[in-house]
Amino acid sequence: MKQLALVIDLNVCVGCHACVTSCKEWNTSGEAGPLADLEPYGRDPTGTFFNRVQTFEVGEFPDTETIHFPKSCLHCEEPPCVPVCPTGASYKRKEDGIVLVDYDKCIGCKYCAWACPYGARELDPRRKEMTKCTLCVDRIYDESLAPSDRRPACVMACPTNARLFGDVHDPDSEVSQAIRERGGYSLMPEWGTQPANQYLPRRKSAVQIAPDQITRVDNPHRKDGKPPMPRMDSPSLDDATSW
Amino acid sequence: MRPAWSVILLTTLSGAAQGLVLFMVLLEWLARGRFIAPLDDRFFTTGGVIAVALAVVGLGASFFHLGRPERSWRAAAMWRTSWLSREVIVLPLFIAGTAAFAWSHGVDGAAALAAGASAAALSIVLFICTGMIYACLHFIQEWASPLTVVNFLLMGCASGALTAAVLAGRLAPQASDVAIVGALVLTLAAMLTRAASLVRNLRLRHRSSLQTAIGVRHPRIVQKAQGAMGGSFNTREFFHGRSRALVRRVREAFMVLAFLVPLALLGAAFAGAELVLPLALAIQFLGLLAERWYFFAEAKHPQNLYYQAIS
Amino acid sequence: MCACRCGIRVHLRDGAVRYIDGNPDHPINKGVICAKGAAGIMKQKSPARLTRPLLRKPGAERGAAEFEPISWDRAFSILEDRLAKIRNTDPKKFALFTGRDQMQALTGLFARQFGTPNYAAHGGFCSVNMAAGMIYTIGGSFWEFGGPDLDRARLFFMLGTAEDHHSNPLKIAISKFKRSGGRFVSINPVRTGYSAIADEWVPIRPGTDAALLLAIIHEIIACGLYDRDFLVRYTNAGQLVNCDAASAEEGLLVVDSTSPEVNPQYPQNKVWWDRVTNRPVPTHAVDADPYLLGSFTLTDGMPVKPAFQLLAERVKDNTPEWAADITGIPAATIRRLAREMGVTARDQRIELPIAWTDAWGVDHDTVTGNPVAFHAMRGLAAHSNGFHTCRALAILMSLLGTIDRPGGFRHKTPFPRAIPPSAKSPNTPDAVQPGQPLAGLVLGWPASPDDLFIDGKGRPVRIDKGFSWEYPLSVHGLMHNVITNAWRGDPYRLDTLMIFMANMAWNSTMNTSEVRRMLNDRDADGEYRIPFLVVCDAFQSEMTAFADLVLPDTTYLERHDVMSILDRPISEFDGPADSVRVPVVPPLGECKPFQDVLVELAGRLRFPAFVDESGQRKFQDYRDFIIRYETEPGSGIGFLSGWRGKDGDKFLVGEPNPRQWEMYAANNCMHHHKLPPSFQYMRNCNRGYLEWAQRMRIRRFGEPILIQIYSEVMQTFRLAAQGKRPGRQPPAHLRERVERYFDPLPFYYAPLEMQLTDRDRYPLTAITQRPMAMYHSWDSQNAWLRQIHTHNYLFVNPRTAQDAGVGDDGWLWVESPWGRVRCKARYSEAVEPGTVWTWNAIGKASGAWNLAPDANESREGFILNHLITDELPDGERRSSNADPVTGQAGWYDVRVRLTPAGTDDAPVVAPQFAPMPRAPGIEAAPRAWRAYFAGRAKAGRAPGGAV
Repeated sequence: MKQLALVIDLNVCVGCHACVTSCKEWNTSGEAGPLADLEPYGRDPTGTFFNRVQTFEVGEFPDTETIHFPKSCLHCEEPPCVPVCPTGASYKRKEDGIVLVDYDKCIGCKYCAWACPYGARELDPRRKEMTKCTLCVDRIYDESLAPSDRRPACVMACPTNARLFGDVHDPDSEVSQAIRERGGYSLMPEWGTQPANQYLPRRKSAVQIAPDQITRVDNPHRKDGKPPMPRMDSPSLDDATSW
Repeated sequence: MRPAWSVILLTTLSGAAQGLVLFMVLLEWLARGRFIAPLDDRFFTTGGVIAVALAVVGLGASFFHLGRPERSWRAAAMWRTSWLSREVIVLPLFIAGTAAFAWSHGVDGAAALAAGASAAALSIVLFICTGMIYACLHFIQEWASPLTVVNFLLMGCASGALTAAVLAGRLAPQASDVAIVGALVLTLAAMLTRAASLVRNLRLRHRSSLQTAIGVRHPRIVQKAQGAMGGSFNTREFFHGRSRALVRRVREAFMVLAFLVPLALLGAAFAGAELVLPLALAIQFLGLLAERWYFFAEAKHPQNLYYQAIS
Repeated sequence: MCACRCGIRVHLRDGAVRYIDGNPDHPINKGVICAKGAAGIMKQKSPARLTRPLLRKPGAERGAAEFEPISWDRAFSILEDRLAKIRNTDPKKFALFTGRDQMQALTGLFARQFGTPNYAAHGGFCSVNMAAGMIYTIGGSFWEFGGPDLDRARLFFMLGTAEDHHSNPLKIAISKFKRSGGRFVSINPVRTGYSAIADEWVPIRPGTDAALLLAIIHEIIACGLYDRDFLVRYTNAGQLVNCDAASAEEGLLVVDSTSPEVNPQYPQNKVWWDRVTNRPVPTHAVDADPYLLGSFTLTDGMPVKPAFQLLAERVKDNTPEWAADITGIPAATIRRLAREMGVTARDQRIELPIAWTDAWGVDHDTVTGNPVAFHAMRGLAAHSNGFHTCRALAILMSLLGTIDRPGGFRHKTPFPRAIPPSAKSPNTPDAVQPGQPLAGLVLGWPASPDDLFIDGKGRPVRIDKGFSWEYPLSVHGLMHNVITNAWRGDPYRLDTLMIFMANMAWNSTMNTSEVRRMLNDRDADGEYRIPFLVVCDAFQSEMTAFADLVLPDTTYLERHDVMSILDRPISEFDGPADSVRVPVVPPLGECKPFQDVLVELAGRLRFPAFVDESGQRKFQDYRDFIIRYETEPGSGIGFLSGWRGKDGDKFLVGEPNPRQWEMYAANNCMHHHKLPPSFQYMRNCNRGYLEWAQRMRIRRFGEPILIQIYSEVMQTFRLAAQGKRPGRQPPAHLRERVERYFDPLPFYYAPLEMQLTDRDRYPLTAITQRPMAMYHSWDSQNAWLRQIHTHNYLFVNPRTAQDAGVGDDGWLWVESPWGRVRCKARYSEAVEPGTVWTWNAIGKASGAWNLAPDANESREGFILNHLITDELPDGERRSSNADPVTGQAGWYDVRVRLTPAGTDDAPVVAPQFAPMPRAPGIEAAPRAWRAYFAGRAKAGRAPGGAV
């Protein structure tokens, strides 16, 4: 059974927020929209976004890591938000594992948001309906789009390709391989939610240089460092004596 | 969590109604079993009406919690999985059962008994549903405990018994002592289980941490930005925004108001000063409002780990 | 094309912008888009949009933003009358300065045709040190001019860059590089943005990068880890320098008068000391191999040394230990980094099977590359020692043999240029004549004091004192000096100052509070000291408040634009590319593209290039201009290189093509000419490429572009300052300055402002970084982007903050010798303890950009500009707070100290300014909410914009 998901590579995420606004842009005018903004030009502007990029600092100077951390719905395999919904508005699709909200059924009780340990759901402040990442379900199956465009807006936008999209149940998919080979992990595994979205950790490359690598036979000092030979016609022992 | 007044009112008012019904049914059985003198139907009718009123006001308050109340009828759909859906079904049934209980008294004794039994059963089921709405969220560890259900049940019963005692003072003096003793016992029990949950929660070790939240193994992780500086649903819904000191004061206040003062007043009432009962009820209800506020405020939702700082 | 340079697809629904995504077929961004690009809808829907030409109300103060709307006819006639009068009397009284440097081909042409020398784009306060320092060394620079080849690099160093305007390509490249196992080292006082994902972060004190680079050069030379073959053949490292202290040509390269000079502007007859024959020979003599080190005496007794020897002597004392004290980086780290660079460059050599021929006719079977790449930007450039820092970087890259080679630095057409490029500005005030175009380019590349734009007494001709003895190599002008100079009347007063898209009353100026005062200052007779201010912008910026005349510009979705090959095209490593922008939505209100305004004015003012033989205006509008304009009649060279010729079948040179726009539009709005592989590398000295470039008129000359490890240009200025060089010499008060800073080899000195500041009293350096989701105020007013960064904090290392008694999230005062700002602190472990920093251009003046007067941007958002001086005391005089070589604004040289705000301090940032009212024609901002849904307004429901 298919389980679509995102794999987010923290190794290359530079925190540019392209996924944030491309998501907003696609979804506010899409099937999940409109997504309201309160006080858009006033004090404390706030609005509905399906995806946010957060920043954390790890360690102490000078051994500090700055981690940019994109966060959206993880499309859990055991989504705690689904069974709690009293109306059935919150559901997980059998065919591809996407967790969605049927807005027409949502009563805005917020119970599903309480039931999500990740804070992945946002109640739109104007519509009063629960909204969340749809994995751009209105893009990925749209046959009027070119096949390469049938991907979530955030994935299309990401300049560092830090967001991989695919079927995590297909062992040969790009996402499964990435999880397998690059140490994919789940957020808050302690709750058994089995998030479909996975994160890839930072990796470090280092260079080891052995002392004998520094100077070699072809070291240019062997050419430049030597003083020039005296001129041929400058005095030498040959001019003064013979043996 | 941010305490929502709609939910606070729903659970406290409905809890009192449920407790009142349970206690009235208990008194009725005691009366029928001749353990106490027979009681006037007016007591049950009035009590039933009051219980219905409390539950209806609570239900009304709950609508303010909904973004789309006009669709609330849909909430009955998912009773197989959702405790909230079950509550939505059971609450109107409870109100109906209680109304039947009130109406049948003085009309048909057998029907009254049956209505009482079913209203009492619905009341218990409703306590379980309400409690389980919170207790089933296993990552909100403050709530994820059988004590949550027990507390909802006992505090509802205590306030219900106290209401019954007030009522009995007017309409069924022969049951007054029983009601006072019942309220005393239930308040004491509620205090003990609530204190137990307080102790439990103060000693709670949260299983989620920033380390598990972002999956980085390092003892020192500090959030710098949460992706929005003007607030978001996540900051509005899951944070009460009050100081720790205030939360602590509310905790102390509700222990005093909901339990200690009512216990003292009930004691006084038992000793004869029955006039203090309405005061005890008012203070206890105030205390229970504070208790419910605290119940939400003390719950630390793991999502809050992601919303600790802006810059 | 997006607001910067990426290709985008704009999807409309019922005429409203529904979605903007990256164009997958565009070479710059390959389909990706950044946060700003994806928030383009909100830029388009911004309530800060100006919609009508505005004239300051009679009697209203500048800065009060009280305007009356006028018609374009009136606006044009006001401008025409005023400008015609200036042009026919003293054209230099008109100055045009633009924040946008990607329109320079047109704006520069306008200024030149007007006849004023007073023109520049924002380069002077942006990154001119990076441009000049590198172009004067390797003939190319970063960003539009060239960049790191991360596809093949194994080791990548990024210095002083957080986020860049070339951001998407860099993000794409860094990600691929990291995933392929490359090692990425970031050298930066702060760890944000790209540095976040670096394999190693090397925190450095601001303004000390030259010390680090010189120490690395020291170590590379000491270990013999330089690419000798590359240095010998493709740089002037082996060329002999006259070391005779008595000679008038001391420090110049020795020439062999018996060999042909070839090109007097770029003489080719330099001399090596041959190791084989042990005697001087002409450079690149067949079979010769020069000494790079040593000291020799020519037959005439002249002591000479190879340039490389002088470099080695220069860095002899620049040990890692020396640099450690200055930079704060441990000596062991510096040594390790140097060795990593050298060993990786040497041992992981790339050989591509591409045959090519060098400029001296030697055939090479392969292109080699040393896979160590660098990228650097404003962090190195925006210091008053930045020119030498950038030169040191270019020299380090050359020592490693990485210039225009795979895995190293790669040029982008039209680079490399000759060193220095042959374009010159005039060198005499006579070039400015009433009613005449300027005799020469407005901006150029001086090769010697003879190219300075000064009068007979050595005084500057330009209002910004560009190309004067104060800032001889100010190749991008000094926009940051204009207002102060014009206000003071030094060197003279202006009549009309036209500013395009630059927020000079806020975040684009140093000393903001004072500059706002100058803009509003009057003479004794009541006349403004800068009599007439014209501001063209698309949004109601802080600057518009000070304008006498406001011209509403269009956005990038509403107009035609070109990234011209004459300016800063979008070329790739593999060949030239340029691109266009075509309108996708009609202009809002009466907005008019600034280009159309210029073409209209040029026609009305009868500029020679804008009228036909009969004196009638030649171009209908900008669109028409782009198609039909030729640099000279019949030259066949125009703004766009693609689809030239009647049938659109010619490239670069060809007669105008009336269907050129359509052809661009049909081809992803760009033209990309891929060079054959043999022309793609080693272009400084690649005969095939050089000949092609000369034939295509990309370059006038065809001589090889030898990398200038040793800068003879610098030495000519020094000789003049020393009184050794005949001809122009600096005025007495500048002699010492020119002599000191025009060193032919890079050296480290503390930035000028730091030299003047009591560092015990002001122990910290304050810098800014750009948040990735915002470029400048255009973006920080965007309804979606401003939710991400609503206001800004001063980021302080916790130890530094605690020493100052400042709490996390606490209010504090940041004081420099020049001013103080009250703001909030945020502790950060990702900043070097001697540095504090904040995000750039989030803070706004109250009410500006049509944000609510109590918006967070003005209550809690701040700019550091209030702390930064535009001038430094220089004895009795003042000089610009700028690099003494290039005039680059020293943004990051300011020293500060922190004190906690007092209990009686209000919890708002200081300074505050009176709220700016909404100008006529600007819609009220939706206050309560907005829920954008493209096209829905037309369907009768209007969720967007309702209050």
